[in-house]
Amino acid sequence: MNYQELAERIVKLALDEGATDAECTISEGSEFSASVRMQELENLKEAGSRAAGLRVLMGKRSGSAYTSDLSEEGIRQMVASAVELARMTTEDPYAGLPAPEELGALDGDLALYHEDLEKLDTPLKIEQARAAEKAALEFDPRITASEGGSFDSYVGARYFANSLGFCGGYRSSSCSLSVVPVAREDGSMQRDYWFSASRSFAGLEPAAEVGRRAAERTLRRLGARKAPTQRVPVVFDSRTARTLVEHLFEAVSGDSIYRKASFLADQLGRRIASEHLTLVDDGTIPGLFGTAPFDDEGVPSRRTVVIERGVLQSYLLNTYTARKLGLKTTGNASRGLTGNPHVGHGNLYAEPGQKTPEEILAQVKNGFYVTELLGFGVNIVTGDYSRGAAGMWIENGELAYPVHEVTIAGNLAEMLLNLEAVGSDLEFRGSTASPTLLIGEMTVSGH
Amino acid sequence: MRVSETIFGQKFGLTERDLERYLGQALSAGGEYADLYFEYLVTSSISLDESIIKSATQGVTVGVGVRVVSGERTGYAYSDDLTPERILHAAKTAACIAAAPSQVTVAGLSPVARHNLYDLAKPPTESALAERADLVVRADRAARAYDSRVFQVQASYADSLRQVLIAASDGALAFDRQPLARMNVTVLAREKNGAPQRGYAGGGGRVELQYFLQEKTPEYFARDAARQAIVQLDAVPAPAGEMTVVLGPGWPGILLHEAVGHGLEADFNRKGVSAFANRIGEKVASSLCTVVDDGTIPYRRGSLNVDDEGVPTHRTVLIENGVLRGYLHDKVSSRVLRAKPTGNGRRESYQHIPLPRMTNTFMLAGESDPEEMIRSVPKGIYCVTFGGGQVDITSGNFVFSASESYLIENGRLTRPVRGATLIGNGPEALRYISMVGNDLRLDEGIGICGKEGQSVPVGVGIPTVKIDRMTVGGTAS
Repeated sequence: MNYQELAERIVKLALDEGATDAECTISEGSEFSASVRMQELENLKEAGSRAAGLRVLMGKRSGSAYTSDLSEEGIRQMVASAVELARMTTEDPYAGLPAPEELGALDGDLALYHEDLEKLDTPLKIEQARAAEKAALEFDPRITASEGGSFDSYVGARYFANSLGFCGGYRSSSCSLSVVPVAREDGSMQRDYWFSASRSFAGLEPAAEVGRRAAERTLRRLGARKAPTQRVPVVFDSRTARTLVEHLFEAVSGDSIYRKASFLADQLGRRIASEHLTLVDDGTIPGLFGTAPFDDEGVPSRRTVVIERGVLQSYLLNTYTARKLGLKTTGNASRGLTGNPHVGHGNLYAEPGQKTPEEILAQVKNGFYVTELLGFGVNIVTGDYSRGAAGMWIENGELAYPVHEVTIAGNLAEMLLNLEAVGSDLEFRGSTASPTLLIGEMTVSGH
Repeated sequence: MRVSETIFGQKFGLTERDLERYLGQALSAGGEYADLYFEYLVTSSISLDESIIKSATQGVTVGVGVRVVSGERTGYAYSDDLTPERILHAAKTAACIAAAPSQVTVAGLSPVARHNLYDLAKPPTESALAERADLVVRADRAARAYDSRVFQVQASYADSLRQVLIAASDGALAFDRQPLARMNVTVLAREKNGAPQRGYAGGGGRVELQYFLQEKTPEYFARDAARQAIVQLDAVPAPAGEMTVVLGPGWPGILLHEAVGHGLEADFNRKGVSAFANRIGEKVASSLCTVVDDGTIPYRRGSLNVDDEGVPTHRTVLIENGVLRGYLHDKVSSRVLRAKPTGNGRRESYQHIPLPRMTNTFMLAGESDPEEMIRSVPKGIYCVTFGGGQVDITSGNFVFSASESYLIENGRLTRPVRGATLIGNGPEALRYISMVGNDLRLDEGIGICGKEGQSVPVGVGIPTVKIDRMTVGGTAS
């Protein structure tokens, strides 16, 4: 089936049913997943699916529907349902499609799709998972169990059409290799993980390397203890620093800003972080996970500097939130299949600094190096931050002993101003990334 | 129950013979067990923001998952197309997990004796759209009327009807219609020129629309969300360090879900990676604690007539007077560990492999008077409402984040405190429970549990409990 044509046809059907505007998204894809535990194949999954979503506007009212049933009957029902729903919503003066001149797509190959993944035999993919787990199990006798090694891949496509004549589509692929080893010593157990992710099979880290790093991270946690309650500098490793970038995303997203549901509302042009922080959203970098030729309402992806040397320069916006704020879209519309667009990000990252992680640790006399976070204790409205954490205690610039069952707490607004160093170790393992970060002071709560 | 009477028979022409043929194909490469999970899911949602109904969505999802088990191996495939060719192709793909001559034949399918916990005269998905939309409008009005400091209200209503047909090579055949409805209200409030604070309330269950008109109204949720936001305006920073914690009844039962529930899901124990592995019969909590998982409570969000493998749900005692009694099983773990299935095999959708999951997890009531419990604390914190929680089942460390709490000073509640995460260790935390209240309450019906990328609705409950020692992650000294 030609899904791009189908998307255009669904838009036309909606207009025929009385919609004044319409937009249709179709996605199709196939997933593969193999997991190995203690070197035995455990789960093998392989399947494909597709579905369509429609949003219609009846003047300033909007309604949405989706279906996985792409038969004529299924599509007819979806269109009827979206139109019926639009009639019961309220007029919203800001609702509508992007301005026609905003629509478009990036040219050129963005390297989102790699054929090598489709050509891999199943046994080879299982072997990847097995080899990664094997490397972890053989790394040290204290690695006694495992939650397994996994190889996952996805190949799919996404199509979008709207009643302003925009029509586009793109294929993408991705794969990941991960291991979760379990280590035991003196009756206590710890687990950790490592993974590699890429849009191509060739881009994955070697399986042995993934297993080794997973094992090292797990072993490092053995013998972990609580720390006394105190205020100290906190270093986030790159894996946990990435979550701070995600909180910042929520705080600068137009959806939070126009509702004043963010501690960064009304702060445009002001200093909100130390000069070490430059935060960039770039949906145009070839081959990365947050890259796409256009956003989910047909506006080209772009590079937006969100925070420049500590000063808030731009929010991230879709058409609706831009109109609410009297600004222009930044090409950050995002949605699943249907519904009003939300705000999403491209590749959102903190720009790397000069210091290596070791150099950052070296400047901490007594502090906490966080390698894992637990829970959801972050309030974007107030900036209040309180999460479970595990990692290593830092003594005189060196990692001294493992710590767990503690929380770290502060307020994001203060943490940003207190950001004392940004590492040089920026690496993309997803659509958000951050180098190692040092926050001058937070409360560690333990015993 | 006959397959021809279900939506899968009526709309897609599915018959018992088809099911047996598909299962036969699934077992053709030597698998020991196979099952089919047909799903027809209808959803709708309506949301209001800035007093405008900004969005209304409906959707239909149809599909079938085929699973083949061979020893501890599972092969899985699915199709969103219910034609025989596609289902047979999926069965053949899943069958590849096994590589032996076919040994098992499909037992004659016969309906399992399922519960009847939510037989609604009219599922919420069949109520008039205008009636459902009116709920969010009422919530908006009530939240704004509660206090002039309320300045933002988001209200949403969502419902679904999931129809499932499960057929397994062990002969189990089950059909179920699973309605689910939920309201959410989020409120922001601020003093003039002050910083905003947020309040949230929500609830629902496997209920008719009438539930929101008569029992738990939009006004009920809206006022509670507004009240919480207003309370937060006066909140002081939460304390940091170990202290006495009193949990209020209901949703704080998320403590049990994180501290013990996940660690007792049998897949983790089959793999030997849970802090609770091989500890049945050991004392893991104070003698005051008896914790159960019960999927059989009528109309509850976490309840099911049959689990997603066609096994009727149970009431399973996890901890009895402090002693660890049992695990939560799916069919795979009960086969491997030679235990009785407990009806806890659940999945997010036809695209997912079932896993042992909780249903409604709660602690039985004790004898203490809740007011007396607070009076007994010289210095501590009283937590009433929580956001989410998480656990690392291997180390046993778990967190849950309080969103409404108060300081206890000399046996009295004094100031409200800002949000803070509480952290503990599963096999130890419940040992410090020194009082259990007589006021068991189940939550309002908002729980969503995530595990291995799959979300399922769950319930929790707890009476007021006093925990002598727990780490509170605030910022105040």
